[in-house]
Amino acid sequence: MAATQTGLWKKHEFFEKNSIVLLIGTLIVVAIGGLIEIVPLFYLKSTVEKVEGMRPYTPLELAGRNIYIREGCYLCHSQMIRSMRDEVERYGHFSLAAESMYDHPFQWGSKRTGPDLARVGGKYSDEWHRDHLKDPKSVVPTSIMPSYAFLDRELDFRGIAADLKANRAIGVPYTDDMVESARADLLAQASPDSPGVEELQKRYPKAVARDFDGDPKRVTELDALIAYLQMLGTLVDFKLYDGKAQDNLR
Amino acid sequence: MAHASQKNLEALADQETTGHEWDGIEEFNNPLPRWWLWLLYATVVWSIAYWVVYPSWPLVRDYTHGLFGYSQRAAVLNEVEAARAARGELGKALASAPLEEIRKDPELLKLALANGKAAFGDNCASCHGTGATGRTGYPNLQDDEWLWGGTLEEIYQTIRVGARAGHGETRQSEMLAFGRDGMLKREEIRAVANYVLSLSGRAFDPKLKLEDGQAIFAQNCAACHGETGKGNKEMGAPDLTDAIWLYGSSPEQVMATIHNGRKGVMPSWEGRLDPVTIKALAVYVHSLGGGQ
Amino acid sequence: MAARAHVKYMTEGEGGLSAALLAGVLVCLFAAARAEDAAFAFHAYLSAAASLGGLMLVLSHFAGRDASPVPQEVNGKPNYNLGPVKFAVIASVVWGIAGFLVGVIIAFQLWAPELNFGLPFTNFGRLRPLHTSAVIFAFGGNVLIGTSFYVVQRTCRARLAGELAPWFVVLGYNFFIVLAGTGYLLGVTQSKEYAEPEWYADLWLTIVWVVYLLVFLGTIWKRKEPHIFVANWFYLAFIVTIAMLHIVNNLAMPVSVFGSKSYPIFSGVQDALIQWWYGHNAVGFFLTAGFLAIMYYFIPKRAERPVYSYRLSIIHFWALIFMYIWAGPHHLHYTALPDWAQTLGMTFSIMLWMPSWGGMINGLMTLSGAWDKLRTDPVLRMMVVSLAFYGMSTFEGPMMSIKAVNSLSHYTDWTIGHVHSGALGWVAYVSFGALYCLVPWLWNRPRLYSLKLVEWHFWVSTLGIVLYITSMWVAGIMQGLMWRAYNALGFLEYSFIETVEAMQPYYLVRALGGVLFLTGALIMAFNLYMTVRGSEAEEEEQVPVLAPAPAPLPIAAE
Ligand code: HEC
Ligand code: HEC
Ligand code: HEC
Ligand code: HEM
Ligand code: HEM
Ligand SMILES: [Ca+2]
Ligand SMILES: [Ca+2]
Ligand SMILES: [Cu+2]
Repeated sequence: MAATQTGLWKKHEFFEKNSIVLLIGTLIVVAIGGLIEIVPLFYLKSTVEKVEGMRPYTPLELAGRNIYIREGCYLCHSQMIRSMRDEVERYGHFSLAAESMYDHPFQWGSKRTGPDLARVGGKYSDEWHRDHLKDPKSVVPTSIMPSYAFLDRELDFRGIAADLKANRAIGVPYTDDMVESARADLLAQASPDSPGVEELQKRYPKAVARDFDGDPKRVTELDALIAYLQMLGTLVDFKLYDGKAQDNLR
Repeated sequence: MAHASQKNLEALADQETTGHEWDGIEEFNNPLPRWWLWLLYATVVWSIAYWVVYPSWPLVRDYTHGLFGYSQRAAVLNEVEAARAARGELGKALASAPLEEIRKDPELLKLALANGKAAFGDNCASCHGTGATGRTGYPNLQDDEWLWGGTLEEIYQTIRVGARAGHGETRQSEMLAFGRDGMLKREEIRAVANYVLSLSGRAFDPKLKLEDGQAIFAQNCAACHGETGKGNKEMGAPDLTDAIWLYGSSPEQVMATIHNGRKGVMPSWEGRLDPVTIKALAVYVHSLGGGQ
Repeated sequence: MAARAHVKYMTEGEGGLSAALLAGVLVCLFAAARAEDAAFAFHAYLSAAASLGGLMLVLSHFAGRDASPVPQEVNGKPNYNLGPVKFAVIASVVWGIAGFLVGVIIAFQLWAPELNFGLPFTNFGRLRPLHTSAVIFAFGGNVLIGTSFYVVQRTCRARLAGELAPWFVVLGYNFFIVLAGTGYLLGVTQSKEYAEPEWYADLWLTIVWVVYLLVFLGTIWKRKEPHIFVANWFYLAFIVTIAMLHIVNNLAMPVSVFGSKSYPIFSGVQDALIQWWYGHNAVGFFLTAGFLAIMYYFIPKRAERPVYSYRLSIIHFWALIFMYIWAGPHHLHYTALPDWAQTLGMTFSIMLWMPSWGGMINGLMTLSGAWDKLRTDPVLRMMVVSLAFYGMSTFEGPMMSIKAVNSLSHYTDWTIGHVHSGALGWVAYVSFGALYCLVPWLWNRPRLYSLKLVEWHFWVSTLGIVLYITSMWVAGIMQGLMWRAYNALGFLEYSFIETVEAMQPYYLVRALGGVLFLTGALIMAFNLYMTVRGSEAEEEEQVPVLAPAPAPLPIAAE
């Protein structure tokens, strides 16, 4: 009744009788696919498009981004306009890889319970964002987005320079100058008419300095989050981008 | 097979096992199901064919581009262009015709309204409401009261450059913060608010003299809102004599406006929406009922 | 208690672990004192307390045990170490119910956003990762660790390697769950789906996981049977591959060693692919290979039938683990990931179809000749239905990987429907089956408290699953179609908010389905509890007890 294995089937005994062989065999087999797909993304030039305008996040935007991550906005909002007609017509130019090159981690998302936010920067006023974050139904009556009224609290940015440093250590081009003035830049960006704004804009072109939360006396989490939302998708200069260039088509 | 029942033993008798046993579990030595194997082969063959046709394998400097050099980005660019082309001459006319002409040509108007309605839902409704009836702070676009003017050209301009937005030509001006900035005292604000509300028949405090309010108004407000309070579209100063209130009509709300000032932001859409869509939006908003 | 003949010494393991835990207490207290944010301080204190608790457990174990080592065999039978298995079984039931409950809560939140209560820690964005981690890692992970420790002992006829190590694995793993879960509520997250815990929790899990691998391998080394049983191939592949994925995907730069925040070292498009290389294979190796291992032991055991085909086991095992790894890019179709990578992801997903089905065939065909048992044994029926759901979601998955299909399904609730047909139908059902088998075996009970309650569990939760996945399919496909709907003149037909409004009724149906599923799990918990207590409900008909090998009674050290 019991069969003796022959041919190739017999060879498999080697794996079944040696746990280490089985282990190493498995490791080799599961390593291949990842290596072939992932490693080329680091060296193929066509992976990340050449664009004008990308810069690292300002300290305030970075703090806002961290709140975005902390509150799990990415669970309902994508930041990735796919190259499909309806998305391009609804949200704007499809997202480029270059647009998230300084994103540690990426925020492309996997579910769109709410709309894509890749180009939400400039789409609404700060005041609208304020109202919307505090009570989404006050501006969009049928919204199912939660209320984030609790973000109207002091932003803790004591360690912001360390955040920039950590980012620099993993490849984001923050200069010494940027790290040193991180706190000053953060304050300047949240305060209208502050003397530091010019400096800030020298370091971070196109950075917008405003009192985002409607309370010029305080720098709140709302200030940071709205500053982040208002810059999303505004950096790359699409007038200088050749969408039909061979490398950009990939 | 220690635990197998008698019935099972009989069923097993004519099948081969591998002869191993783990905690009472054995294995049959059955061959791979044929259909399974063929389907597996079929998926492999299909994949190879797909690799030949489409970009697939990464190489040292480049990747295999496939037989026809397919690119999903090129495909979507073409698709969007094709969709535009499919609107034919009419589509071209929409792009080139002056606003007035679009409004008069029923075919063009139909196209513009469809275009405008689609864009309105995703871009404007969050502020002005799905029915364009507005909310506190966000003007109703259906009525015939206009902050910045209700002609096609004026509406087009407002949408293109926005109000107090980032655009270089954006519509500027603001309602000053008379209280916060110390230009008027509490009682004065109360008096002028009472007067302003009286313009539409809603004076709220009979004890206040309207003349006092009127004097304050003439001195501080008339420059923008006009002597009679009829407003000034050049600077987006609203008409205060109608019963339409952007920031609410209660005495508290009106006093808050005068105390804190107002500068509602209407984003600019040039650069975000394509020029044809902005035209179409102007036509659409104009058609909602209040267009002049 | 200590035998008089010997002086009792600490083993190297006991000594080493005590020293490590003591060091742990000190390091954690130091870290708590230096902490730069409140969440980190909380986690540091928690870790100090856990280390102290661990230290006390080790010492009391030492005080209470015999001087001589635990015998590997008693009366010629292996002296199985079942304590850690029991712990994992109980933990999985508790975490399962917690995870399903949070699932129900977030499902209702999407229907009525007021249920977010405007508080940070009750917000959807914080509860959703709590749900996914609770069901996958807390519920599923404990089922996997528990069953793997059981199965590897029985099929190797050897006691688990190490005395403290298996306990370290289950307790350490569950402590990781506590760190992760409390972290989410406090807003500590890396935002990488299914890998959200921050750097220090990731590091801790790495240590636990390496010990897990060693315990598992060590037990295999002690086996009495020359061949390694197929379930153990799958467990082994699950353990090593998860180790590889976890380490690479979680590489990060902490802002400070005394703070919770870190920045993942990869960015943008590379980070995206590495994340979904991880994410897809968390599905492939955690939710598939691991649970296939469960299937390969419990179905033949419960049905008392040999595994259908040894050859199919071999081919589908290697094909499955090879192909799964490539499929990650199907989570990134039409994104800024280059076309070539998308093509590879799509084609390998399709080639993955048959290797996936190999497991289903092997499980289902194992029942040939024993189909009648499905009528009488609801436990076996649950496991067979799990295979049907497995087959369905591994057909649906490859289909959704086709770019044209994915362009519709991606970002919609269709994905959520797919997830839960796999998660509820396959992962949870095969786990329930295994738990129903294990509890009487572990606690030496002749049978379950009540098979009728298993019937109830089966039907209530099946109805729940049906409501859940059908509503999500309808909702998802509708949403996808509405997003791309054009009117006659070629302009978008619907605004985004109209699609949100259209989803509302389906969200309610889904939430109700979740309530049913949760109810079923509560019925199970009650049934298992009563079984452990040793009660038996009065029922007309009980299926004959199935093959619990004689219990290895004197369990020395537990
Ligand atoms: C439960 C899901 C959910 C969560 C979590 C969520 N949102 Fe939303 N969001 C929505 C929905 C639905 C909409 C569409 C309706 C609306 O505008 O309110 C939306 C709309 C938006 C919009 C307007 C986008 C547009 O173009 O109209 C912004 C901006 C936004 N959300 C930001 C955020 C931020 C920031 C967070 C986290 C702090 C967040 N959302 C969390 C569901 C969510
Ligand atoms: C961030 C919110 C917001 C969005 C989005 C928005 N608007 Fe406005 N809009 C406003 C505000 C606020 C005003 C009033 C400005 C003022 O007070 O001067 C306004 C004014 C207008 C006016 C002038 C009304 C008048 O009485 O003169 C028009 C026309 C208009 N919007 C059209 C649009 C269109 C079309 C869109 C979409 C493309 C749009 N708006 C999107 C906030 C918004
Ligand atoms: C520098 C020009 C300017 C002056 C001076 C000015 N206003 Fe205004 N006022 C505006 C503008 C512009 C708005 C519209 C603001 C907006 O749309 O955000 C406005 C809005 C208002 C509104 C709100 C109308 C509504 O529909 O809710 C009231 C009330 C008002 N002004 C009263 C006054 C009074 C009273 C004074 C004098 C004490 C005054 N304004 C002086 C420019 C001015
Ligand atoms: C009572 C049962 C359950 C209910 C009511 C439930 C509900 C939910 C809800 C509402 C979501 C969020 C969907 C969204 O964002 O739109 C979700 C996500 C998820 N759930 Fe469940 N769930 C249940 C059980 C399970 C189980 C048992 C598992 C796994 C074993 C599971 C795994 C997941 C996963 C992986 C996601 C994330 C999906 C994604 O990101 O695409 N769930 N669940
Ligand atoms: C052959 C097997 C499978 C293939 C090819 C496959 C394919 C897919 C695809 C194409 C998606 C959608 C990605 C997107 O558009 O975002 C997806 C999502 C998902 N699948 Fe599967 N699937 C398979 C089996 C399974 C099984 C058995 C489970 C078990 C639970 C499962 C769990 C998930 C989860 C959790 C997600 C959501 C990931 C996320 O976005 O968070 N899949 N799968
Ligand atoms: Ca502020
Ligand atoms: Ca992590
Ligand atoms: Cu996947």
